[in-house]
Amino acid sequence: MPISLNNEMMRQIIMDHYQNPQHKKTPKKGYVSIHSKSENCIDDINVYLKLEKGKVKDCLWDGVACTISTASTDIMCELVINKTEKEARYIIDQYLKMIHEEKFDEEILGEAIAFINTSKQAARIKCATIGFNALKDILNHKHGK
Amino acid sequence: MYNIKKIREDFPMLKQKMQNHPLVFLDNASTTFKPKAVIDAINNYYVKETSNSHRGDYDLCFHIDQELDATRKVVADFLNAKKEEIVFTSGASMSINLVAYGYAMKHLKKGDEILLTESEHASNILPWFKVQQTVGAKIKFIPLTKEGRLTLDNVKKSITSKTKIIAVAQITNVLGYLASIKEITKLAHQKKIIVVVDGAQSVPHRLTDVKDLDVDFLSFSAHKMCGPTGIGVLYGKYELLEKTDPTLTGGGMNVDFFTDGKVTYFNPPARFEAGTLNLAGIYGLKAAIQYLTKIGMNNIEKHEQELRAYLIKELKKIKDVVIYNEHAESGIVTINKKNVFAQDEATFLNSRGIAVRSGQHCAKILNGFLNTPATVRISLYLYTSKEDIDKLIKALKEGDYLNAYFA
Repeated sequence: MPISLNNEMMRQIIMDHYQNPQHKKTPKKGYVSIHSKSENCIDDINVYLKLEKGKVKDCLWDGVACTISTASTDIMCELVINKTEKEARYIIDQYLKMIHEEKFDEEILGEAIAFINTSKQAARIKCATIGFNALKDILNHKHGK
Repeated sequence: MYNIKKIREDFPMLKQKMQNHPLVFLDNASTTFKPKAVIDAINNYYVKETSNSHRGDYDLCFHIDQELDATRKVVADFLNAKKEEIVFTSGASMSINLVAYGYAMKHLKKGDEILLTESEHASNILPWFKVQQTVGAKIKFIPLTKEGRLTLDNVKKSITSKTKIIAVAQITNVLGYLASIKEITKLAHQKKIIVVVDGAQSVPHRLTDVKDLDVDFLSFSAHKMCGPTGIGVLYGKYELLEKTDPTLTGGGMNVDFFTDGKVTYFNPPARFEAGTLNLAGIYGLKAAIQYLTKIGMNNIEKHEQELRAYLIKELKKIKDVVIYNEHAESGIVTINKKNVFAQDEATFLNSRGIAVRSGQHCAKILNGFLNTPATVRISLYLYTSKEDIDKLIKALKEGDYLNAYFA
């Protein structure tokens, strides 16, 4: 289904999440967080994760970010909320595969398909992955403990 | 006459494409392209003249030492300095670090004050943080005007009996304002304060006369002035260099040393040049200065001024462009498009073959007068053409910055 999105629809999805991000909030407590600052651009965000019994209860973010990083991080939060940790990891992996032009499972990416063109603008890969990589780091780090 | 067409032919990079468009390079405050003369000089070191300096008795070595000496002279003449006041470093950052670690840490004590401004580049702030941490000196920031300028009046107000160093850029890297260095040094020297000038954005673009400015230390990088990366200069008044400790020790900087730990260093500038120098870089630096001098620093400055005026005039015709430094003296023009995040606009311009820099600013500058988390910086140089500006203006007029993402 989602791969049939045309450019106009993708643009709309990105602009909606940029102008009205649903998950851009700073939580009080009960979250694990990670700070991610890009070395080669302005993006500077925090991603917050609340896990309960192996399930993503909530995922939020805040910070300074461009359109692509804002929209991609916001959509990521949307995608992983109420998923098990394993499902969340799978979503992240499939998304990163899409960005790096590898074969991926499009069924589970929902609105994140809007970023399928990123590889054509290499300078944007970092923007489109900053949130996903941050969440991946949180999950890995948590496991390392 | 300034023959821009002929000048542009000297730069192989200007023939490159980006995103299938002829390259428009407007990020010259970050680094600059190299003319063929500089590339040939570097190659010449590797192809015909490779050997090490002060290391042997054969012809190649003798020649390198001559070249090293000749380059020091070329740099000195360029700045109206003396040859022995020119220290080769890896760039402006290393130059400022050398002053901070080698001079300030040795001579400043707890309670002494260092004056900076909030518009300094990180390389002219962080080394001073180290001095603060190590010796307990105190950093104070000279207030800027609402426009973001450093004024003599505010320098005057910030000086106390404890001020020992003033470290400021002659031209700042975000807003491009020119500081009145000559007046600042005059005032500072009456109070025995040392003035350390970051010349990274000024030396490449205008005539620099260290005697006239009466600066105590001046730093700059070759790569911002048509030279290679990895080589830069610290100018220091000789009596101050004599009071500066080397921060790097090793071969080439000592007269002799003994197993009991006794060591005698060379006099400046060799004292600061431990290890094998970036010799290819030094060949390139010499060629770069010769290239700039041939065109003439005053002509370069005039060319940039004219282009800047044209750029400002055209930018003002675009309704949704905000200009943050309309009255700056340099070829740095800082803007935003209303409701477009700087990085989004910069990557859009990339898709049109135009290189500019989007940048974030430290919180204080942001709250003080820019009122934006980030800006788009356009910076010109001697090879920038009117056509480059026209292409930029055309792209800035294009409506939707996400077009590039869906191209």
